[in-house]
Amino acid sequence: MTSAQIEIQLIASLVAVACAIPGVFLTLRKMALISDAISHAILPGIVVGFFITHDLSSPLLIIMAAFTGVLTVFLVEFIQKTGLVKEDTAIGLVFPALFSIGVILIAQNANDVHLDIDAVLLGELAFAPFDRLELFGVDVGPKSLWVIGTILLITISLLVAFFKELKVSTFDVGLASALGFSPAIIHYGLMTVASVTTVGAFDAVGAILVVALTIAPAATAYLLTKDLKKMILISIGFGVFSAISGYWLAHGLDASIAGSIASVLGFIFLIVFLFAPGTGMVSVSYKQSRQKIEVLLLTFLLHLKNHTEKKERHVNHLGEHINWQKSQAKSVLDLALKNNMIVIDKGIVALTEKGDTFTENAINYITDHSEEAIEEMKKDFFLFRG
Amino acid sequence: MTILEYIELLFNDYTLRTITMGTAILGAVCGMLGSFAVLRKQSLLGDAISHAALPGIAIAFLITGAKESNTLLLGALISGLIGAFWIKAIVTKTHLKSDTALGLILSLFFGVGMLLLTFIQKQANANQAGLDKYLFGQAATLLEKDVWFMASITGACLIVLLLFWKEFKLLLFDADYTKTLGFNVKFLDGLITSFIVAAIILGLQTVGVVLMSAMLLAPAAAARQWTNSLAIMVGLAATFGALSGVVGTGISASHPNLSTGPVIVLVASVFVLVSFIFSPSRGLLFKEIRFRQNRNDLKLHKTLSFMYDIAKTHDDIDHPHSVRILNNFHGYTKKSLHKLEEENLIVVIGTNWSLTKKGFQKAENLYNQHIEIND
Repeated sequence: MTSAQIEIQLIASLVAVACAIPGVFLTLRKMALISDAISHAILPGIVVGFFITHDLSSPLLIIMAAFTGVLTVFLVEFIQKTGLVKEDTAIGLVFPALFSIGVILIAQNANDVHLDIDAVLLGELAFAPFDRLELFGVDVGPKSLWVIGTILLITISLLVAFFKELKVSTFDVGLASALGFSPAIIHYGLMTVASVTTVGAFDAVGAILVVALTIAPAATAYLLTKDLKKMILISIGFGVFSAISGYWLAHGLDASIAGSIASVLGFIFLIVFLFAPGTGMVSVSYKQSRQKIEVLLLTFLLHLKNHTEKKERHVNHLGEHINWQKSQAKSVLDLALKNNMIVIDKGIVALTEKGDTFTENAINYITDHSEEAIEEMKKDFFLFRG
Repeated sequence: MTILEYIELLFNDYTLRTITMGTAILGAVCGMLGSFAVLRKQSLLGDAISHAALPGIAIAFLITGAKESNTLLLGALISGLIGAFWIKAIVTKTHLKSDTALGLILSLFFGVGMLLLTFIQKQANANQAGLDKYLFGQAATLLEKDVWFMASITGACLIVLLLFWKEFKLLLFDADYTKTLGFNVKFLDGLITSFIVAAIILGLQTVGVVLMSAMLLAPAAAARQWTNSLAIMVGLAATFGALSGVVGTGISASHPNLSTGPVIVLVASVFVLVSFIFSPSRGLLFKEIRFRQNRNDLKLHKTLSFMYDIAKTHDDIDHPHSVRILNNFHGYTKKSLHKLEEENLIVVIGTNWSLTKKGFQKAENLYNQHIEIND
């Protein structure tokens, strides 16, 4: 590995960590899309900052952009408070308008602006090591490494200092204000951090991929844990892993580094989305189908208990009367037989003693308790689940 | 260039006419379908889908190797639909919320698209130039056949909307009820989502990925302020959309260095702003006026009831009292005194006031809502 390669991976990892931390809180506060809005809306801020200083590396650009980011949040909330449109519509109205202003500003001054929208939106990590920072004539490393490093340091110290305030105000706004932390200050503080991070990261990975690095690790971690600290750690882990493996993927394909980092993030999310234990698509679908069969079984047992006449308890009757399809009826019957709930004698279905007790208990549970209690009861009676 | 000259140019200039037609049709179809997106709280679906279309465009190009815009759009459509249904799956199957799902699909698909685009750019294929016009859109590249294509999609969408109007309306406002009535909710939902995706894909070439979401929801958000009826809203949104297209194209054509997409979006934003402020029933301006009116009425009533409390202690209600005793009272101003006199509730003689019979009655019944007062 050359030193440039190491530096790129280091920058990518730092960006990933710096994005993942605010990302966790944005995701939990259902404000994930704010990061998308900010990342687009900072464009006019950058352009105006550039007009003032004529220097793309001036810190004023970051300040202006962060200011535009907070302005976006403020505008979104203002529109939302008028009650004229829903929050998501407010977001969708504000950022394209601001972005358009940015694009037009650039186009109008195309002759004396060396600012490319492509560069702002897409970023190019591969060039980051060439933009060096010199202190007292000594080369101390790539500039974006210092920028993102500083932002990350601030983010982490804010996180450590205000962890419990953030936690309380994220999960219970009412309690937070009753305890005396102003939710508004924490909210705007978080928004400022998110804006600054977006700005710091955009020239490395581009505006849109900042969104990927902000939301994807947090969403993936949220599928795996419900503990806030673990969630932060897991998202940082995913972020750094994708940053480094994304770099090597891009290296192999000779393609955009930012794009391949996002692709790795997407791949990880897909895997977790499908296979996360308990919360993934496969496990949820399995649980849902099992519950469906078990509810049908319960209905069936209740039906048997209510009817003593043989006609009502004939196997063929299932289809006509309860309006079940054949395969459904068969799997319900199989399940009931396997669990020794029923016996079938010449096509007439009868409850066994165990089935009778189960049905009795189930009726009591349904009338007396909440439905969740049934799950516990099923464990006592079922040898096989649906 | 005066407006008349511009209109004349519009009829004579092929390129300008094509672009204006294209953006107008696009605005109309986006406004129409955007109304549904906004009311279904899927405003940002447009943003997500337009980004999600990118890998489809890249893959379509990789497979066919040609820059035929219809195949690219087909690729975009397929990948947009995959994105839309994945969003749906994330929201229904996991505990992640819709904003997270939208942001995820948006950024991840776009990332994959970027990866593929840069991969294509490194390939030795002279044909690939101009693929990135889908990022920012280029209305100037619209051809007459593109406009016809847009028009036919718009026509199809209009027919389907009319055919399924009551089902869509029902689904929009009460999905559970629709289900219990026996309509196939999944089918209807898929149908409307597919049309929204199709409209977004159509817009990619003109306004680009980033600004597409505004095209979809700005006309609808503006139209929402003027009416509470779905049919009128859809009609208005289509009109606003088409107007934004025409006006935006006009402005960008008559100034140098102005790209069409952002100007159209800004014009649509102006529609939204005007609607937010000046709509008679929901607008901020009239809301504020009504608010002030109510506050003044309340102050007037307060003064009246204060006067009533004083007058009540005397045998005759028209017993004159000095104006000065009102000075310590909070709601009292010279203006409110005049107003009360104008309404014949009090009489002012010199520095004294007294309640009229009407004023006394009104004050007596002020807090009694069951009795109606005939003014």
